[in-house]
Amino acid sequence: MMMLQGLLFELPGGGDVFSQILTILIYAFLFISLFYGQKIQMHLMLKEIEGSLYRLKYIRDEGRRIAIETIKEVGKPQKDPTTMVDRFLEYFTIQPEDMDPAGIVWKLEHILDVRDARFKDEVKLLAPEADDVQINNLENTLEAAMALNYIYKVIRHYYLLGKKTLSLYIIMQIQMILPLVMREAEAYASALKAFAYGQPIGDGIGPLVAAKLMHGYPVRKVAKDCVVAEVPIEGRIAYVIKAEGPGGNVGKPGDAVKAVIEENEGKIASIIMIDAALKLEGEEVGEVSEGVGAAIGGPGVDKFKIEETILKYRIPINAVIIKEDIGDAVSPMRKEIFDSADKAIERIKQVILEKTKEGDKIIIVGVGNTIGIGQ
Amino acid sequence: MSRKEQTPAQISTFTMMMIFIVLAISFAAIILAIQAYSVYENQFAAAYLTFIGILGIALSLYTIMQVRRRLARLKIETPPVITTIECKKCGFKSVREFQRGDYVFKEVEPCRKCNENMIITAIYREFKEKRKETTFF
Repeated sequence: MMMLQGLLFELPGGGDVFSQILTILIYAFLFISLFYGQKIQMHLMLKEIEGSLYRLKYIRDEGRRIAIETIKEVGKPQKDPTTMVDRFLEYFTIQPEDMDPAGIVWKLEHILDVRDARFKDEVKLLAPEADDVQINNLENTLEAAMALNYIYKVIRHYYLLGKKTLSLYIIMQIQMILPLVMREAEAYASALKAFAYGQPIGDGIGPLVAAKLMHGYPVRKVAKDCVVAEVPIEGRIAYVIKAEGPGGNVGKPGDAVKAVIEENEGKIASIIMIDAALKLEGEEVGEVSEGVGAAIGGPGVDKFKIEETILKYRIPINAVIIKEDIGDAVSPMRKEIFDSADKAIERIKQVILEKTKEGDKIIIVGVGNTIGIGQ
Repeated sequence: MSRKEQTPAQISTFTMMMIFIVLAISFAAIILAIQAYSVYENQFAAAYLTFIGILGIALSLYTIMQVRRRLARLKIETPPVITTIECKKCGFKSVREFQRGDYVFKEVEPCRKCNENMIITAIYREFKEKRKETTFF
């Protein structure tokens, strides 16, 4: 009887005290992981999100601080702009209704125009002493600060919602996309200083290529915030279009291309668009690639306009892209990207020689934000 | 927007206090261990106290390192941006740090050699790869 009792109560691992403690620990570990494993995992995920949220908050506050300091420095406002900046950071834009998609492009364009005009007016009020170039740069700075504020608030929303509901799926989703969100937030953080100081950014490679081509030739305005220059290249006449620099602005390349095509009654042999494009991991920064189609991002209004016009006149369209990642696109231009401008020009010349004849008229569009790039 | 919250760039007083308390207890444990070994000749107690002391010190150092790493990660790096100025006539080139108001193709001061106006030909940042990953792809 005593022996049976001993066998029943003896823990596996023998009579050694240390072995018994170890066995108890292993059982406890198994028990905890079986019944509380998910909760522990959730807690760890929440901790990870919390850490990133701290960093996001820091970046957001830095963005706000840089924006306020730049406004004070450049715009010399009479009163403290902090309250107005805080109000600006909360601005939103409501997308037009797309239940009946016909005509949505024009509705979206109108909304974007209203937004742009409103932003410019607000910035002028915030910084009365700033000139046009500085107003554009300040607008870009505030937009970057706005993006950071939005990212922070969205992540905070899901973090708190996950904590409140203790839903593993909400927490898991946010934890999974967190590295990408952090990458984007860090990209905007480095963009802030570039915008505040008016430094060229990676996205400006398109306008840089156009500026290199048009430099030294007479320039005229062609559409809102866009300029064009007639440049002889390889015996052809190239209408080189870019956003008007050096203030931070992307212009309206869609309207500019349409205007130049209509000025020439559709007699354009080819259009070449140059833009920065997101690279895939493993690809080199500043790699130049070539293809067909309208190389332009953004909300799609300009792309739509270009495609409509080239379809009307049956004009072939080519694209030259310079690869970079999201961080490079909005932070001060990397040397590799700057150096790729000459490679892109060589590629453009090659396309011109291959696809057009001498005496033809072509359009070259440098797409992107022209901050820190003149013409 | 409330701005009175503690900024994440600071170490919390509670964390610092906890680190100091653990460090103090750990040092006390080591002193006691020495005493147990040399005065009372109790090797068993000395071993336990040494273990506790070393563990405490290691934990405190690890926490300090973690906090420092977190603070370092919080800083937003601003890499230096370079402006290249060139004289189109004589080819004289000079490189300086970016100044507010600089932009590509801006006419700046006259050339030191030929007195012709120089222009900004490049503005870029030098990017230093933090860690070169070896990959076969």
